[in-house]
Amino acid sequence: MERKYISHNSLMNWLTQLNNEGNQIYAPVAKGNKTDYKHITSVEEISMDHIQTTQSAKAVAFPRTEKLFSYTKKNGDVTLQNFDTTTIPETVVFGIHPCDAAGFKPLSGIFNWDTPDLPFNERMKRTTLIAVSCTQCDEFCFCTSVNGSPGNTTGSDILLTPIKDGYLAEIITEKGKSLVDKHSSFFEADPNVNKEEYLAQVPVQFSLEELNKKISNMFESPVWKQQSERCLGCGACAYVCPTCACFDIQEDAHGSSGNRLRCWDACGFSLFTMHTSGHNPREMQSQRWRQRLLHKFSYMPERISVRGCTGCGRCSRACPVDMNIAEHLTEIAAL
Amino acid sequence: MDNSNIYLPHLMIVEKITQEAPGVKTFRLKFKDEEAGNNFEFKAGQFGEYSAFGEGESTFCIASSPTRKGYIECTFRETGKVTSALAKLEEGQTMGFRGPFGNTFPMDEWKGKNLLFIAGGIALPPMRCVIWNALDTRENFGDVSILYGAKSVADLVYKHELKEWEERPDVRLVTTVDPGGETPDWKGEVGFVPSVLEKMNPSPKNTVAIVCGPPIMIKFTFPVLEKLGFTDENIYTTLENRMKCGVGKCGRCNVGSQYVCKDGPVFSKVELEALPAEY
Repeated sequence: MERKYISHNSLMNWLTQLNNEGNQIYAPVAKGNKTDYKHITSVEEISMDHIQTTQSAKAVAFPRTEKLFSYTKKNGDVTLQNFDTTTIPETVVFGIHPCDAAGFKPLSGIFNWDTPDLPFNERMKRTTLIAVSCTQCDEFCFCTSVNGSPGNTTGSDILLTPIKDGYLAEIITEKGKSLVDKHSSFFEADPNVNKEEYLAQVPVQFSLEELNKKISNMFESPVWKQQSERCLGCGACAYVCPTCACFDIQEDAHGSSGNRLRCWDACGFSLFTMHTSGHNPREMQSQRWRQRLLHKFSYMPERISVRGCTGCGRCSRACPVDMNIAEHLTEIAAL
Repeated sequence: MDNSNIYLPHLMIVEKITQEAPGVKTFRLKFKDEEAGNNFEFKAGQFGEYSAFGEGESTFCIASSPTRKGYIECTFRETGKVTSALAKLEEGQTMGFRGPFGNTFPMDEWKGKNLLFIAGGIALPPMRCVIWNALDTRENFGDVSILYGAKSVADLVYKHELKEWEERPDVRLVTTVDPGGETPDWKGEVGFVPSVLEKMNPSPKNTVAIVCGPPIMIKFTFPVLEKLGFTDENIYTTLENRMKCGVGKCGRCNVGSQYVCKDGPVFSKVELEALPAEY
């Protein structure tokens, strides 16, 4: 892995240059007391003074709503227009934290474990992730409990760690390297710093080993009901999660033509698994909470060898009834 | 990397519509793109996602046998908005199909065995595919017995085929309707599937039982099979969970770590018993 230095000014100039070259730049933008990834046209819009954005960055590869294809009906006949890959712009996502970058691996696992998912893969192919290590954290962060860290390079193409007056740049992938090589004048020599000194201290909250051992064998445990008694089934946890990929397929019809859409969905919703007959395999909220945790910590590791959680803590921050996933996982690991 | 869009359906021409029972229709579908039709292969037990453009997709099995080439058939009950829109289509019109998805009945393993089919209501379609597959390769199998029950005489689907099976000397067909569902000229059994099965008293010797039906029927049929001496290895069924994608991504149909769309829809009773009770 190549290491370089980039000053703050050069970084801003580099992003401006990338924007001018036609890349679509996504970066954290503050609005009120919330910060979220937005498509920016000027680096002036970027705000880095946040611990965590409200939403994850997954929408760059898995948009909240996306067109899978279009159809036109005429006299009983139908013509289809396939998903158009040519309209997907080259995209640079700047300022995501390592927990968000790491989230793209489980997403890719879900979208590719059996058959490749064209829309997701085409968006990923055109996306470069420039992550920034965390220098601060809050009580909801638990990346270090799920094999992550505030300076983890997994998933990023380039990882910047804020050091004095600028950044240590770790160039991780070929994609990252080509973006740096194209504009090498913005970069200087390896600053030779100890990266760890600049990172936030995120305490380990539970033993992952213990959690793994317990969670796969506790389908019938009373813990699911206890933990989910106040769950409203609002789905906020799934919408803010960097690895949640459950989706619905819906029709967007306009008279004789329309689009087949893929939309975010959530396993916490009561209608999610409801059959047409009215039978519902997960009719209780406790069954849906169990599905959420087992999917992330048991089924995904078993089927696609990747955990569905990066410890970003967003679900706990977003929960309207203060369900704290790290506390619940700690409880399970200690059973 | 495969560059095709797994969400883009094949366009299918509705070639023939059969009204099977009140609200139940069978569509014979032909690929609009001849080459796609020629390249299409599937096996007994697999399913697809059927599109009514403007309303969306619904999941049904492929109800025709892979031995019958050049078309596929699906049978559905008009229930929700997609099936209602499909039911409005006329012969010659176009709909969509994605598939085949899911696993298959192990027809090769069953060679030389007797087959006992037990179906209830609208669950005969997934079994009809297997029945015709077996009858079209009749020399591969021993005795073929079919027990089919519906709420009423009117609700029995595939009435012409039931007649055909009844008349075949190499098929034993028993039909039954729920008490009160019989007509004055009804010659079949009256009673629920599990009790008629008990009366039929089929031998478990070298026999595979394939059971499809509403959950309540399956629940009461399994103990009867067990009593008759059928072992879990020789009992098969299908699960039908809600699905959207059909290819293991949308997150709905899993039972524990097993996806009905990938690891099913066909499960042996051994596999079924290993699943958590959440289906």
